[in-house]
Amino acid sequence: MAMLKVDDINVYYGAIHALKGISVEVNQGEIVTLIGANGAGKSTTLRTISGLLKPKTGQIMFEGKNIAGMAAQNIVKLGISQVPEGRRVFAHMSVLENLDLGAYLRSDTKEIKADMDMVFGRFPRLAERRGQLAGTLSGGEQQMLAMGRALMSRPRILLLDEPSMGLAPLLVKEIFSIVKDINETGTTILLVEQNAHMALSIANKAYVLETGRVILSGDAKELAASEEIRKAYLGG
Amino acid sequence: MDSSSLIVQFGQQLINGISLGSIYALIALGYTMIYGIIRLINFAHGDIYMVGAYAGFFATTMFKFSFIPALIFSMAAAGVIGMVIERVAYRPLRNAPKIAILITAIGVSLFLEYGGMLLVSPQPRTFPVLFESEVYNIGGMVINSQQVVILVVSLLLMVILTYVVNKTKMGKAMRAVSFDTEAAQLMGIDVDKVISFTFGIGSALAAAAGVLVGIYYNSIDPLMGIMPGLKAFVAAVLGGIGSLPGAMLGGTILGIIEALVSGFWSSTFRDAVAFAILIIILLWKPAGLLGKNIREKV
Repeated sequence: MAMLKVDDINVYYGAIHALKGISVEVNQGEIVTLIGANGAGKSTTLRTISGLLKPKTGQIMFEGKNIAGMAAQNIVKLGISQVPEGRRVFAHMSVLENLDLGAYLRSDTKEIKADMDMVFGRFPRLAERRGQLAGTLSGGEQQMLAMGRALMSRPRILLLDEPSMGLAPLLVKEIFSIVKDINETGTTILLVEQNAHMALSIANKAYVLETGRVILSGDAKELAASEEIRKAYLGG
Repeated sequence: MDSSSLIVQFGQQLINGISLGSIYALIALGYTMIYGIIRLINFAHGDIYMVGAYAGFFATTMFKFSFIPALIFSMAAAGVIGMVIERVAYRPLRNAPKIAILITAIGVSLFLEYGGMLLVSPQPRTFPVLFESEVYNIGGMVINSQQVVILVVSLLLMVILTYVVNKTKMGKAMRAVSFDTEAAQLMGIDVDKVISFTFGIGSALAAAAGVLVGIYYNSIDPLMGIMPGLKAFVAAVLGGIGSLPGAMLGGTILGIIEALVSGFWSSTFRDAVAFAILIIILLWKPAGLLGKNIREKV
């Protein structure tokens, strides 16, 4: 059984029909990616899973439980953590305070401390800047902080929304290798990306979205090799 | 007027201004916190201060509470009322256009004012004397024990508030929600609970101001919140709306300016000067003295 099963959801922004019956399945331990152009509904899908948006119809099953329409904080409690588009770190707070907020629902002080050390081990640059205000970090560092913050809730599945946005190619590579690392230590990942090439290179499975619908899905390697995808999303 | 009596007079108005200003600051803190968290100018906030004064009045006259228990009772009662108002009047409109919730706030304000008249009668009441008034004379300047109590209580409350906001988990959650509500939700923060808590704290501070004013001026009435509410709003804007130190600074400055205007010019112009400050600030530095650049959410 899939860990996360988005089943035929329809989401509206007022009168705009943003998601027209999207279905996505993520199995435990996988990296699954949603690719597609701007406005295809990738972020909307993630935001609906996180509970920031409520689907009008359809189900979202997480480990056998329907979470569609649940309050966002209860979804985090179940083990779904999102790294939002544009990082959205708390700019006026220190790196440490941001990580503390990531562990907001936990009270196991010792374990939180251990997880913070784990985050600092994974992102040594954050360790150096732990007392600094998040707003003064570079884009790449903010992305790392947003990821570290999400990991502090000990998610079972991590939702990543455009982690490569606005970053230099070298940093993009670094971020993706960290994503792969996080996955290898047991966290399932649902990744939204415009950088289809990078996303397909680390994913097991991919869904291609276009104007609120899934138009293609399948094995990431196969999609990366397909003529249609190469033309539309990989620049030839 | 020779120069030494001028200095004494100035010092005297400074003392009066700081005690008046700390009242404004306590009310302004609630304005600024509530604005910070849901971007609402809560026009009913001045009336919460009135409710707090009445809660203190009944605590001392009916239940025979002494000063500190009456203050705590009043803060708790107003805190609960503030939370109920948020739950009943504002929460259903959270995603409605801003103007709807603003008009609702004016409605709540009128409801408290005229509902208050119905409940406790429009007649002003004499606030009981809670402790013996002593007058201290320092080099010609007069300071009484009420002013000392106002100053000590306000300072203490501001220190506690600063600690809660900066050091506690709930305070961190408040700052997170205020900065980016959605990102806060993604941390697992229950935004409704944080907003409710903010209304509770803000209302409790206004209630403390109400009790302190009752002690100072001895007289309370159901419309007593209108003017101080507006003045505290000016103070919050002056300091930079959304900023806690700004509210404290703005309140103090406004109090001092008002006292100086009353002392050296005429108390007739006191209110005019206060609102002239609002206009000048809005023209010259709309973000306020300690305000950050306003970043509208898109």
